[in-house]
Amino acid sequence: MRSRLPVVLVLPAVAGLAFLLVPLAGLLVETPWATLPSQLFSAEVGQALQLSLICASLATIVCLVLGVPLAWLLARSDLPGRGLLRALVTVPLVLPPVVGGVALLLVLGRRGLVGQYLDQWFGVSLPFTTTGVVLAEAFVAMPFLVISVEGALRAADPRYEEAAATLGASRWLTFRRVTLPGIMPGVVAGTVLCWARALGEFGATITFAGNFPGRTTTMPLAVYLALETDPDAAIVLSIVLLLVSVAVLAGLRDKWIRA
Amino acid sequence: MAATLVLAGCGSQHQPGTGVTGEITVFAAASLTGSFQKLGKEFEAANPGSKVTFNFAGSSALAQQINRGAPADVFASAAPSNMKQVTDTGAITASPATFAKNTLQIVVPKGNPGKITGLADFAKADLKIALCAEQVPCGAASKKAFEAAGITAAPDTLEQDVKAALTKVSLGEVDAALVYRTDVKAAGDEVEGQDFAEASSAVNDYPIAPLAKAPNATAAQAFVDHVLSAKGREVLAEAGFAAP
Repeated sequence: MRSRLPVVLVLPAVAGLAFLLVPLAGLLVETPWATLPSQLFSAEVGQALQLSLICASLATIVCLVLGVPLAWLLARSDLPGRGLLRALVTVPLVLPPVVGGVALLLVLGRRGLVGQYLDQWFGVSLPFTTTGVVLAEAFVAMPFLVISVEGALRAADPRYEEAAATLGASRWLTFRRVTLPGIMPGVVAGTVLCWARALGEFGATITFAGNFPGRTTTMPLAVYLALETDPDAAIVLSIVLLLVSVAVLAGLRDKWIRA
Repeated sequence: MAATLVLAGCGSQHQPGTGVTGEITVFAAASLTGSFQKLGKEFEAANPGSKVTFNFAGSSALAQQINRGAPADVFASAAPSNMKQVTDTGAITASPATFAKNTLQIVVPKGNPGKITGLADFAKADLKIALCAEQVPCGAASKKAFEAAGITAAPDTLEQDVKAALTKVSLGEVDAALVYRTDVKAAGDEVEGQDFAEASSAVNDYPIAPLAKAPNATAAQAFVDHVLSAKGREVLAEAGFAAP
């Protein structure tokens, strides 16, 4: 028989749960449910929601392609200054997103360190484009993926990799066939966190990519601007974003994480 | 004008320097930051024992905070519409007085790389243009100006506030934006301002009023009077605001 749950853990746990859920409940209580369907099916909301889902998913793919190898480098290589590198990777986590957006402008903007050459040589300008939204979201969300995958890598038993190596597998083959399957729960959890963060991204997006309906206006931007004139509409938009993200996350959870 | 007279009339018994004390909390539009901080210092110097605290933010955010019961004494809004949100709920019962006017200016990066000469350039698709979103006061004013000029603007981005639009210009990311004259003035050498004729059809009024439930009602009225005084006008004019 299990012993009783310790009160010192249960009380703060319940308080923590309430702290996270009560503001959401407040949102639900204030929701003008009658206008929800008409808002949900309005062209502007549909457009913003679609853009949000596409951009967050593309940003997540960018993060996976770049972030998993980066996590592997941080966890497995004997690079000098790895500790410092690990700390630097988490900088976008602590940076106010608006500052992140300004930093992206300073590098990739029309007059930025790299951006001026993109503009002169290739005629490519990233600010105020959908690509800009994806970049801003990936910048802010990637640390979530890297930290989670790196944690899984460091917790994984290196003996399986060593065994594969003694059997003659190359490091790339070992990574694909031994390491990656072993850390899959960490990768999935990181991907979910990364996608959720990208979906809710506001500060870096509006600063770097601006706000233009159909091109860069994602749901969080639409919510912010609705709040200026019509708080009720802003609540409805928030609920829409909330429902969609909970549906996606719950779906993923059942399919992937428990398994 | 009538409202100004009424407020000035009932304020005459609380002129600065008549011993107003205690803390005064002023909720003021972000565009008033510089000039109101200066007015606050003056007020504190004239009324020993008083302390003015500011909450600067977008007018609509302030209106919502007040309607949700934030303990403010005075509300100074960048648009009559946001003031109306507060008078509608009865959080303010006094009639608001207009204390300043702000007009739009074309703002371009230093050196004017896009060779902008007037409002008509805002319709050119090959130029990068930032405007304020229609939901915020500077965007509503821009819309009026374009309507008056009969121009359909082709913006690349609709910014969430006037400072964000200005940042895009000072970083050189856009060739031009429409912002308030006071913001151009505050931005200094990074940017250049250009006047345009249609600005006169999109003038923004700034109303101020004490709150009905002001915790420090006497001081609230005294601060409003200070803003409306000749001395207050002077500080506001320095920042680029026009007299009401």
